[in-house]
Amino acid sequence: MTNKKNRKWAALAAVAVLVVAFGYLIYGGLDSNVVYFLTPKELVAKGEKGIDVPVRLGGQVKPGSVKWNDATLDLRFAVTDGSGEIAVHSKGAPPQMFKDGMGVVVEGRYGRDGVFQSTSLMVKHSNEYKAPGKGEKPAEMYKSLIKGTGT
Amino acid sequence: MTRLLAADAIIVALAVTLLGAILTPYAVRTGRRNWLTLSYAAVYTNFLLVTVATLALVFGLVTHDFSISYVAQVGSRATPTFYTIISLWGALEGSIVFWAWVLAMYGAAVVWFNRKRAGNLVPYAATTMLLVQTFFHILLIGPANPFQLVSPVPADGPGPNPLLQNHILMGVHPPLLYLGYVGFAVPFAFAIGAMLAGEVNDGDWIRLTRRWTLVAWGFLSAAIIAGMWWSYEVLGWGGYWAWDPVENASFIPWLTATAYLHSVMVQERRGMLKLWNLNLMVGTFVLTILGTFLTRSGIISSVHAFTQGTIGYYFLAFIAIVLVATVALVAGNSEKLGSTGQLDAPLSREVVFLLNNLFLTVFMFTVLIGTLFPLVAEAVRGVKVSVGEPFFNRMTLPMMVALLFLMGVGPALPWKRSAGPELKGKLTPGVIVGLLCGAFGIGAGARSPYAVLAFTFAGFAAAVNIGEFVSGSRARMKAHGESFVTALVRLVSGNRRRYGGYVAHLGIVLVAVGVAASSTFKTEREATLKPGETITLAGKTLRLKAAWGREEAQRSVIGATMELMDGQRVVGIIEPRMNYYPMSQQPVPTPQVRSSLTGDLYLNLMAFKQDGSNVTVKVIWEPLVPWIWVGGMVIVLGAIIGIWPTRQRTVRAATAPQGAAT
Repeated sequence: MTNKKNRKWAALAAVAVLVVAFGYLIYGGLDSNVVYFLTPKELVAKGEKGIDVPVRLGGQVKPGSVKWNDATLDLRFAVTDGSGEIAVHSKGAPPQMFKDGMGVVVEGRYGRDGVFQSTSLMVKHSNEYKAPGKGEKPAEMYKSLIKGTGT
Repeated sequence: MTRLLAADAIIVALAVTLLGAILTPYAVRTGRRNWLTLSYAAVYTNFLLVTVATLALVFGLVTHDFSISYVAQVGSRATPTFYTIISLWGALEGSIVFWAWVLAMYGAAVVWFNRKRAGNLVPYAATTMLLVQTFFHILLIGPANPFQLVSPVPADGPGPNPLLQNHILMGVHPPLLYLGYVGFAVPFAFAIGAMLAGEVNDGDWIRLTRRWTLVAWGFLSAAIIAGMWWSYEVLGWGGYWAWDPVENASFIPWLTATAYLHSVMVQERRGMLKLWNLNLMVGTFVLTILGTFLTRSGIISSVHAFTQGTIGYYFLAFIAIVLVATVALVAGNSEKLGSTGQLDAPLSREVVFLLNNLFLTVFMFTVLIGTLFPLVAEAVRGVKVSVGEPFFNRMTLPMMVALLFLMGVGPALPWKRSAGPELKGKLTPGVIVGLLCGAFGIGAGARSPYAVLAFTFAGFAAAVNIGEFVSGSRARMKAHGESFVTALVRLVSGNRRRYGGYVAHLGIVLVAVGVAASSTFKTEREATLKPGETITLAGKTLRLKAAWGREEAQRSVIGATMELMDGQRVVGIIEPRMNYYPMSQQPVPTPQVRSSLTGDLYLNLMAFKQDGSNVTVKVIWEPLVPWIWVGGMVIVLGAIIGIWPTRQRTVRAATAPQGAAT
């Protein structure tokens, strides 16, 4: 009987140890791997703490700031939230509909040189899909190619 | 007309399920067992009514009846019929209809196959199924009603989400997922039924439901792999798994179900883990509801969608009711849930099963916490965070390699006693193969310890599991003088569940190898090309022939024709495209994949000049990715072997759910 009781306590203790260890690991894992979603203003306000940590930067593409070099595949633009602004550099072609004023989320790190190096660039869209508003004509973009070299 | 028929069918079905759920326990308590015929009739009637509603909705979609709110939401005259039909599960309301229909089907099947059984287990399980069904009917009448009247009737609709009408796998992945998800309602119903009937200690519910669990598990496994495949083929980023909350939602219950498939054997063999198995089955069901809640309430894309829509509250209330009811029932049955056996040896198979369950459970909690953390952080601290791949990879890779290792150890160990000297003979080939695979991985350039361990343990597990087939067949050849093939077939059919399990293990090994190889050795290049220019990656040269565009009925397509070169010879054409749907602001990437035994050449069109003078393409070399899909099929094959009824059983008992395999 005591043997059985001892076993029960040992099992409970083992479970407790496991739960604590697991909680500690999860906490550590979350603490060092959580990516904060910030606007340019918030990122600038973080100062030194915002440098060289993984961040998701959300805002709008500043009109007139987009520079795309299709030979070197360098894409440079600025993300703004109205009150703050951060220069972004990314490698690779922009999404096809990438244009001034559109909402973007860039993931990457803010460098000491004041340029946000992006590792991934997402055009902001929700899971629920939305029809284009009045005056938006997504079709126009590609019509010319269809007419031009259509097969 | 169609709309009223469907809406009324659901309202009548709600009344029928409620009546059935009240009548059944009453019939059992008062000993009026002949009334059970009536309550089982409620289960069948419900199935009939939900079928009518589902078919009516499909009919409405196909006939473009835009007076039905759901059709007006997802339908469009330009959408091809196939995608019109499958838009049944393209948005919230329709997918709840589909959920309800699959649930009704499972309910009818369960009652049909067990209708002649004595005892109170089946009636109470039927009651549980009816109560779950009631919940979904309430959703369909309340917050997820697809049958509302639209007035004035629009002439046309926007069509389904472009992402969901761009690939044929959209007709495969969701039904598989629902068949898997909803299938776990059956073992849940039997677990609850066993506690309500007070028959939890004789393990009957486990015998009755193990095959159903395997059915649901097989469907869910197939669904997860098909979902990975869809993401790979459609989303254009060249990956198949991103620890996205929606992916996690499908994976979390799979982990607990897999744990259950192993721990249930410990209960059958040794009479232990009764309470644990009960919890795993209830937990798996709750996790499927939680997954539906996460993916369907809109809480994931934004916490704010949650406060706007009301369906989230329904789900949370339902989960709370299930949890409270389970705790109360477990408390009421606590004396019957004690173990009748105990662990005898430290290196026996049951110990490996315990470790397997430990790792799978910890794995589940890790993914669950990582998935829910952003919601909690935003609700509690008001910060927006995301928990991405770094967290999940760091936390789960150790568990994955540990599970691979256990998968090789378990089959070699005996039940109840510690392994003896025969263990050496069983493990030696595995160790040799494993070390060779690990060395091969290092030789191929793998440096991450997890990748090397994954290759090593995958080789080890594969060799040990194959060894079980070989040694078993050999023993039969010796004993009965059979040929190897006959011996192998009889060996497997003599113990389908065991050898089906080993086949599933081999499928997991293939998936693991594919994942480890593609994440270790994947290379990619992106370049802007003019017609005639080439790009070379992983020894493969591609030449841009032309950029082109064409109009299709429901969309416009931009494409690049790329020629795969062997010297100066063109050996293949790959045409990555971009599809523009008129109602969408974003083009849908349509990458093209050229598969071979060693890997995939994955091409995605990134950008194009509007005059067609150049295009930017991304080329990715994805080693061994096709083997992930093959592995998925092998896993399903293993599940089918395990589900397939043995002949003697078919004759002997009406209790075995033979139809489960279909």
